Amino acid sequence: MNFEIPNFALALPEIFVLTMACAILLIDLFIPKHAKTLTYLLAQITLLGAAILTFQQYGHPGSVTTFNGMFVLNNLAIVLKLFIYLSAFASFLYARSYLPKTKIPYGEYFVLGLFSVLGMMVIVSAHNFIVLFLGLELFSLPIYAMVALRRDEGICVEAAIKYFVTGAIATGTLLYGLSMLYGATGSMDITRVSEVIMQSSLSDELILVFGLVFAVVGMVFKLGAVPFHMWVPDVYEGAPTPVVLFLGTTAKIAALGLLFRLLVDGLQPLSVQWQDLLIIVAVLSMALGNLAAIVQSNIKRMLAYSSIAHMGYMALGLVTATPQGYGAALFYMITYAIMTLGAFGVVAIMNNAGCEASKVSDLRGLNSRNPWLALMMLLVMFSMAGIPPIVGFMAKLSILEALIGVHLVWLAAIALFFAVIGAYYYIRVVKVMYFEEPEDATPIKYPVDMQIAISLSGVGLLVLGIVPGALFTLCQAVFGATPY
Amino acid sequence: MIVHHIQTASLICILSPLLGAAISGLAGKRIGNRASHTVAIVGLAISFAAAIYLFAQVVLYKVPVYNADLYLWGGSGRFSFHAGILVDSLTTVMVTTVTFVSLLVHVYSIGYMRGDPAYHRFFSYMSLFTFFMLVLVMGNNFLMLFFGWEGVGLVSYLLIGFWFERESAARGSMKAFIVNRVGDFGFILGIAVVLAYFGTLDYAQVFKQAPSLAGEIVDISGTQFSVITVMALLLFVGAMGKSAQIPLHVWLPESMEGPTPISALIHAATMVTAGVYMVARLSPLFEFSEVALSVVLVFGATGALFLGMLALVENDIKRVIAYSTMSQLGYMMAANGVSAFSAAIFHLMTHACFKALLFLAAGSVIVALHHQQDMRKMGGLRKYLPITYITFLIGALALAALPPFAGFYSKDAIIEVVKQANTPGATYAYYCLLIGAFVTSLYIFRAFFMTFHGEERMVDDQNEHKHGHGEIHESEYFILLPLVLLAIPSIFLGFMMVTPMLYSGQFSLLGSSIYVAPEFDFMTALVTHYDGPAYMALTAFMHPPFWLSVLGILMAWCFYVKYPYWATYTRKYMEIFYCVLKNKYGFDAFNDFFFVRGVRGISQFFYRIGDVKIIDDCMVNGTGRAISHMSAWVRKLQSGYLYHYVFVMILGLFAFLAWVLL
Repeated sequence: MNFEIPNFALALPEIFVLTMACAILLIDLFIPKHAKTLTYLLAQITLLGAAILTFQQYGHPGSVTTFNGMFVLNNLAIVLKLFIYLSAFASFLYARSYLPKTKIPYGEYFVLGLFSVLGMMVIVSAHNFIVLFLGLELFSLPIYAMVALRRDEGICVEAAIKYFVTGAIATGTLLYGLSMLYGATGSMDITRVSEVIMQSSLSDELILVFGLVFAVVGMVFKLGAVPFHMWVPDVYEGAPTPVVLFLGTTAKIAALGLLFRLLVDGLQPLSVQWQDLLIIVAVLSMALGNLAAIVQSNIKRMLAYSSIAHMGYMALGLVTATPQGYGAALFYMITYAIMTLGAFGVVAIMNNAGCEASKVSDLRGLNSRNPWLALMMLLVMFSMAGIPPIVGFMAKLSILEALIGVHLVWLAAIALFFAVIGAYYYIRVVKVMYFEEPEDATPIKYPVDMQIAISLSGVGLLVLGIVPGALFTLCQAVFGATPY
Repeated sequence: MIVHHIQTASLICILSPLLGAAISGLAGKRIGNRASHTVAIVGLAISFAAAIYLFAQVVLYKVPVYNADLYLWGGSGRFSFHAGILVDSLTTVMVTTVTFVSLLVHVYSIGYMRGDPAYHRFFSYMSLFTFFMLVLVMGNNFLMLFFGWEGVGLVSYLLIGFWFERESAARGSMKAFIVNRVGDFGFILGIAVVLAYFGTLDYAQVFKQAPSLAGEIVDISGTQFSVITVMALLLFVGAMGKSAQIPLHVWLPESMEGPTPISALIHAATMVTAGVYMVARLSPLFEFSEVALSVVLVFGATGALFLGMLALVENDIKRVIAYSTMSQLGYMMAANGVSAFSAAIFHLMTHACFKALLFLAAGSVIVALHHQQDMRKMGGLRKYLPITYITFLIGALALAALPPFAGFYSKDAIIEVVKQANTPGATYAYYCLLIGAFVTSLYIFRAFFMTFHGEERMVDDQNEHKHGHGEIHESEYFILLPLVLLAIPSIFLGFMMVTPMLYSGQFSLLGSSIYVAPEFDFMTALVTHYDGPAYMALTAFMHPPFWLSVLGILMAWCFYVKYPYWATYTRKYMEIFYCVLKNKYGFDAFNDFFFVRGVRGISQFFYRIGDVKIIDDCMVNGTGRAISHMSAWVRKLQSGYLYHYVFVMILGLFAFLAWVLL
């Protein structure tokens, strides 16, 4: 047995984030209470540094592995990581002025967040079942804790417990599935698993199918799609808004990375089976998410159901099992993350300004209280509803194109049908903001960093909608697909 | 170098009215009425100056035709659509006419619209209209034509309904819009056929390919048609709507509900002639279809006579002129039909001047009488409104085509060329136009005598008191100046332009911008008999149209000045005839019965069954109900109990297993 020194350079961002996270944990203990902003700054610097390190790795086509094939680096991983940093950065930014108001210590949120980010980075670069699982745990455990950060709030703790218990079951299912796959193929290495299944025409073997189903269940749970979505509304409602931002954007991108690694890289030969599963997941998510969102009066719950529906659309991209479809799914996920940043950003801004923003009706007359904020929310809502020229439309269009490309026209029709239903509750928000009188007409003020963040997400959606070319091509290129 | 100048001048010409419209429309309230009209008029004046420059370059210095795409507007597959400008002699003639009349009408409106609460809006609309009209005539492809076409339609709608608080105005604008939709339906289908067969909408490319498509046949539900004929006829349907040809003319009388300046500008001088311009511009298409030409001829000639006759029984001064406009449009169309496109455009030019003059003069009368439009309540006004009287008389003489007024040269040429023509239907058309000449002078002088001569019948509506004669006085300077400025071309334009426009053979002013097939070239035959405008005027009495016009004037004088009881007798003994005219041949009744009621009936049916029952009750509310049921069900699932959540997860897992394995 020969031991070769792994190429640490490939894992440099991970090493950097790990080091920094540990350092911040320690530093936070020793800095005085009034200087806690330092923790925040260090956390953001960590993300920026990681982004720079990751960005430098971009460019080599194909994959490189290290750590004895445990760790893989390719353009897909890099793009996913960059957007993980970006959304984490934005979530942290909204947390800066929000956390002190709710008496959540900086140290806990940012350090937990950084560890979770590290877990996500490991997932998207995992090339082995063990590493994958390790990353998943590192990614999930801090989030459970983050949901429960407001220890004295009943709703918060309840959400955390529910999330933790169901999450533990899901993780168990995934682990069980992975073990069955290992049993069937005799390998933990993702590429090797794929080869073995391909060569041995094992694809009909019962144990493989069992393993696949269990693994898919675990992953769909992380996405928060039907029928493993039950935690989503409770957690979105209960958790502090910056945590929801983190959970709804960063974690979703990581979950998509998990799907890419396991289903696309590892289990592509079983695509016929997992396509069927994802079709059910997608259709049920679109149906239940959109239908249930209509009756919600709580804005966070409404956005939670909307996220379920969006995960359904995103899953449609995977259903195609073509590079174009994967590219469309990635594009959809990235744009969805920007929309969520905008939507929960508005909620966070209103919370921060001392307004209760738990009900949709709390947005009443937002236009007269802060026209710019209302405009940004309008862009976000129209984007979510898929109204051109905002990017949500392009995202849905690319998914539908990919579906039609593999002759799944009926599925595209269903997607459109539910998109129409979904438009109802998005446009209702716009109506409430613009056509109803505010109960409390005091103008809303918010700090500059939040202003920049919300404007970037709102205007970004519009700009991306008008010139989606660059991002879209990037999303296609990481899968080696030629954009149409 | 000159090419750049032409491009710059055309852009200035098109865009300065748009800028004026934007400023006076958007900032009008802030900058005040005075600044709004100044901005609009300055914009128009710049545009007019640019138009003159273009006219001089193209007509006098014979610069080559400027035809260039400015930018790519859109593309789809093998089609690409550009925004481009074409400046040739036809364009410059149109542009000059449009900006000239528009400028004068702008000035006139200062007086006419004084005190209106929406003053700046009016100026903004008029400048916007001019912009669209310029796009229409300066575009180098069908798309620009269509853009301008719809734009002028929109502004026309807005301006007819300018006083939208009056129900008749709101209805009139709706009617104009809807009838024009019918025409535009044909028009856009025509453009679609062009695109389908030529693969491009660019004039130059379409015209180049047109000869090769001349023999092409298309099969429409078993019947064979020539492609060009189908194309030309569909496009002509559009022209029928915009240029108020039978049977789509019904909107034009209603359009008189708008303020008088826009009746002059839009519904007499410019917009309604868009159809005539379009046929002339597309002459290289129409020339390949004898059928289409014949249809244009017959429809035009029929309108020229029969719509003119309607003016004989109309008592509203503006409506008399409106029917006259339809009749004159009929003359222009008839000229198009016999391939005398230059005559059509020439008549368009002269008509723009004298018809705008008549309208504005009528407007001056209306202002003087405090918005009284009924000629039965006028009379003897020549004493009070001398300048209006003279200018109206000039306009009437020009319209009645007496030499040497402008209308004489253009209209006589049309009648002569139709006489020469052998296009199918030309004989019928000739007699229509000939009798039309008589009818024209009869109705316009009827209006003239009723308004300015005879006894004074100025009684206001409540019949409370006679207008004190001191109250009626000549209109203000802003109203009179345009009248005088329009009277000048109404007298001289024909005399000056007839030689270069009509009788210069291949050197004529329009030159290569129109195309006449050799077998339809009836104008050339006339050139040989032509000995200059003065000779033409002096020998007018040798042709029947002259005598018919004079007869019309005489009859009008007898009936309405000398022996007014003749009119009563005639009406009594020709009751049926009178009724037919009064009911406008039943077009409105038919439309009302067949389309309005029919459509309403069908709509009611669809509303009750389709909308209320199926869509509202079953689908919309049904969906709502179904969704609320479903969400109630979903809510039950989302019970909040952890063990329910886990149960659902496990159930989901088993369902997945079952789905994949079974």
